[in-house]
Amino acid sequence: MVMSQTESAFANAHPTEQDIAVSIRGVSKNYGAVEALKDMSLDFPRGQLTSLLGPSGCGKTTLLKIIAGLLKHDSGEIIVNGKNVTGPGPNRAFVFQDFALLPWATVMRNVAFGLELRGVPRSEREDKAEKYIKGVGLAGFENAYPHELSGGMRQRVGLARALSVDANVLLLDEPFSAVDEQTRRKFQEDLLSLVANEKKTFIFVTHSIEEAVYCSDQIALLLPRPSRVHEMIRPQIDRSKGVDNIPREPEYLDIVDQIWASLRAYVE
Amino acid sequence: MQNRALYLKVLSALLVFGAWEIAGRIPVSYAFPTFLESMAALARMTFDGSIFVAYAETLKPLVVGVAISTFLGIGFGLWIGLSARFDWLFSPIFIVMQAAPLAALIPLLVMAYGIGLTSKVFVVCIMSMPVIVLSTSSAVRNTPASMKEMAKSFLAKDYEILLKIIIPAASPMIFSGLRLGVSAGFIGAILSELKITPTGVGDIISYSRSIADYPSMYAAIFSIIVLAVLFLNLLEKTENYLFKGNDRGYVTD
Repeated sequence: MVMSQTESAFANAHPTEQDIAVSIRGVSKNYGAVEALKDMSLDFPRGQLTSLLGPSGCGKTTLLKIIAGLLKHDSGEIIVNGKNVTGPGPNRAFVFQDFALLPWATVMRNVAFGLELRGVPRSEREDKAEKYIKGVGLAGFENAYPHELSGGMRQRVGLARALSVDANVLLLDEPFSAVDEQTRRKFQEDLLSLVANEKKTFIFVTHSIEEAVYCSDQIALLLPRPSRVHEMIRPQIDRSKGVDNIPREPEYLDIVDQIWASLRAYVE
Repeated sequence: MQNRALYLKVLSALLVFGAWEIAGRIPVSYAFPTFLESMAALARMTFDGSIFVAYAETLKPLVVGVAISTFLGIGFGLWIGLSARFDWLFSPIFIVMQAAPLAALIPLLVMAYGIGLTSKVFVVCIMSMPVIVLSTSSAVRNTPASMKEMAKSFLAKDYEILLKIIIPAASPMIFSGLRLGVSAGFIGAILSELKITPTGVGDIISYSRSIADYPSMYAAIFSIIVLAVLFLNLLEKTENYLFKGNDRGYVTD
């Protein structure tokens, strides 16, 4: 592949200070005597998707919940858009592994729930929710209840809810692990176009190596005991040939193998 | 589907009443009237108005007691479910209340509060409050953690988490506690009329037994059962109306 000099310079450049949306500095977290996170530092570049990948018990969900402000860290700093944060904030939205939808509320109310909690008037929040319900492909299901939807559709509701509050950092906690394989593939393709179209920073927790390599601009490979960032990987996969070709790229296959080689020892 | 459910209800009522009629005609006991005799007695009491006078008396402790139990019970239940300290302080009282044999406590209540309305309201409350408190508190404690986390991550304040997450999520169990509590309240109301002072429906039951007017006695028992069933149905309708999606269980189940 031929690259102009400027292009290759951009591709290899490390993100500068201004591009960092979320930065964690020396974060530690203990559960009693158990060290969940120890002195962890990571940068998440703006407008890109960063995966937190690692075996179970490496603290990736703990880290995501600390960034979300749902868990308190014992020491260190979480800096979002240049400001130190300690709790949940309007600049971050969370997508849950088990969807966390309200079973007594319609799709419309579920999607608008984040706006409802922010005190947005009903007609305004429903207009906005309507737009995102259409965006995730659930038009016509506004008045359905969650139990009437399939697993994939439920997670689309969760995604629409997170998008509708217009936070510039989206935190996704294994969002596709509770949906079936075919839906998952579709979700991954949709996620790529979402990253390309929305000017948002995505932080994505997954335990699937293929999923991480497929979707990510940057992968933080975490290892347990003690929890640490083992390696930062920036896949340089050429996505211009279409999403179908990503899994055939030599770069994709090499990185999958490389990550598996690092993780193998930690999987029982 | 709707028709079929109704049809089955009518059929099962017919079966029960038919069996009652047959058992009364054999007769299984001298003190066991037939269904038709009992209904005739009920009709007679309805037309001469005595049953309404009786219910006016019986409903007083019942309604007051159930109302107190519902509001205090749900309030205490929420508080116990939310605060570990409050749980430690108050749960044992309600557990003891639920386990205590009520009939043995009645003489104590009469000594303390006399034979009037107060004692009867107490009996109704002791019967119905513990189950409401205990089911509300355990429902609150079992609110799915991810729903609370979700609300928190979308910037809900504490009172919003209570009103928009915890109470709706707990409502199926609160309502099932209410159903049990209300039916226990009916038992308490009749028990108090039989054990403290004979008034209202309890009076009809004990008086007609003492003069061997068994049809009237069974008519009074029958009417209170019908009333209890109607009230429980009303409660269920209220629940379905208030929390429409909730009757299908949780999404993550």
